[in-house]
Amino acid sequence: MNKIQDNRAWFLVMPVFVIVAMSAIIPLMTVVNYSVQDIFGPGNRVFVGAEWFIDVLGDRRLQEALWRQFLFSGLVLLIEIPLGVMIALTMPKRGWGVSATLVLIALPLLIPWNVIGTIWIIFTRPDIGLFGVIVNALGLGFDHTASPLDAWVTVMLMEVWHWTPLVALLAYAGLRAIPDAYYQAARIDGASAWAIFRYIQLPKMRGVLTIAVLLRFMDSFLIYAEPFVLTGGGPGNSTTFLSIHLVKIAVGQFDLGPAAAFSLIYFLIVLLFCWLFYQALQSVGTGDRA
Amino acid sequence: MAHVRLDGIAHSYSGGAAEADWALKTLDHDWRDGGAYALLGPSGCGKTTLLNVISGLIIPTRGRILFDGKDVTALPTEARNIAQVFQFPVIYDTMTVYDNLAFPLRNRGFPGPEIDRLVRQVAGMLDLADDIGRRARNLSADAKQKISLGRGLVRPDVAAILFDEPLTVIDPHMKWKLRRKLKEIHEQYRLTLVYVTHDQNEALTFADTIVVMHEGRILQVGSPQALFERPQHTFVGYFIGSPGMNLIDCRLDGETARIGEAAIPLAGALKGAAGTAPSGALRLGIRPEFLTLHDAQGPGRVEVAIRTVEDLGNYRIVTALLGDTALKIKLDEEAPIPADRAWLAFPPGRTLLYHDDRLIEASP
Repeated sequence: MNKIQDNRAWFLVMPVFVIVAMSAIIPLMTVVNYSVQDIFGPGNRVFVGAEWFIDVLGDRRLQEALWRQFLFSGLVLLIEIPLGVMIALTMPKRGWGVSATLVLIALPLLIPWNVIGTIWIIFTRPDIGLFGVIVNALGLGFDHTASPLDAWVTVMLMEVWHWTPLVALLAYAGLRAIPDAYYQAARIDGASAWAIFRYIQLPKMRGVLTIAVLLRFMDSFLIYAEPFVLTGGGPGNSTTFLSIHLVKIAVGQFDLGPAAAFSLIYFLIVLLFCWLFYQALQSVGTGDRA
Repeated sequence: MAHVRLDGIAHSYSGGAAEADWALKTLDHDWRDGGAYALLGPSGCGKTTLLNVISGLIIPTRGRILFDGKDVTALPTEARNIAQVFQFPVIYDTMTVYDNLAFPLRNRGFPGPEIDRLVRQVAGMLDLADDIGRRARNLSADAKQKISLGRGLVRPDVAAILFDEPLTVIDPHMKWKLRRKLKEIHEQYRLTLVYVTHDQNEALTFADTIVVMHEGRILQVGSPQALFERPQHTFVGYFIGSPGMNLIDCRLDGETARIGEAAIPLAGALKGAAGTAPSGALRLGIRPEFLTLHDAQGPGRVEVAIRTVEDLGNYRIVTALLGDTALKIKLDEEAPIPADRAWLAFPPGRTLLYHDDRLIEASP
């Protein structure tokens, strides 16, 4: 077949190209620009090559923040994905309960992120916060501003409260999309509730759970506003996650070079892990090489 | 295998008692042990509901179901030993073909060697032996539907296998092959099969007995031939056959049925029987295949105007007007068709009379 060559077609993709350039490529190139130069002021710059990258990778504080971040995101996935699926399984399937539950579950998702931090500051205050008062009344001596463990527990609780609903909603949508015939066939085959979950519901939720894992990984790996408001990264550096540390370098110390270098590494880490998760979730239980 | 008996089964989804609320109106029927049944009817006639009542997915509002005389009405599906194949292939995605077939047996605690023997036997029967180690999700639609079927066949104790329009998503060519396979399996193992479909060709080729349903009722149970030649109800006449039976309003005048001015002679035995049903709507029914078209006047022939002729390859369908009534006539490709006016003959043995949609049986 002869293809008609008409280069005017490029004009049709121009708008998309311009928008993507403005929204992603140009800002990213600015970061690249900063990461390989030492910029003192307008017209006063020195090309430094990979120096900032080497610097940043050797920064002990940053390494600590990175491991902290992996621990945090790992815990987030380990808690939120199973918990979200469990909530979705117990949600009503018909009747007025459906919309009522959906609204109740979605509520935390509608609150601005820094407000969430504020809510939890008040909620966990040992003097007036409901949570803080109750836990202290039990004699546990809880204070997230003093104890790193308490700070972690608080941040995790806040994160789980805030984002598990998203996983639950996605999982619920996945569950609802399973045709009745599957459940009927399973009954005829005499399958137990566990077998139904393991062999029907879980495989059928593959698509939505992939999205849930990717979203929760990305968001939790990039978390900033809530812990910044709640703990400010403390006590000490115990809840200083990558974004918080990065902002400290970039805005607090005005070290734009190292900050830009690390931003790029940060971006590549997120990209790499999303790709790994995606590949793993798409291939588990699908190949013929059983 | 078992004999399945429906005793006064009725079902209403909404729980309402009004006529329209009943998806199934009181049904009594026996499914003979080892019979191949087709349950035929238009969409929404209650076929699937009836199937689900038999398999126990629905507990009927009224009535009892007996398997070999044992009341199973209250038993859940898993305790009924029923297998069911659905419209869309239901497979366990992440399992291999082998594990899919073994699943119903494992759930019921069969011993390992027994499972292996049964699975391999069924896989061989369904030509799945080569794919037995493959992941079920990677197979074609017809192979998946064979797995669904295999999960029913693999259980040695199964009382009946129910099919709910199982060939809907299968390619025409594979449809034919699968239907052959089913027939083969039925002949070999003499299972009780109930096959729901709205496709009459599928029903006619698959089953030895056809059950026609309409609006929650069983209208007729019989062989394909009986449904074709002596529909008990005008709906059966209209629904079976392509095109369906010609149904014409008529009145009785002594020895003949009158349609407008035209007089149609009736079979001897019918005359007496018709006389006993004087009130209510009378309709004359005749299959398009049985009408004959002539180019000259003759005894018992009525004059018609030819409207259209459709050529369908190996046969033609003529639409002719008798007064204001359009009639379909199915003719061989070679049969001559008069151009404009023609005379139509109603063979008396093939001309049936319906009173309030029910066939008037000729008294012997």
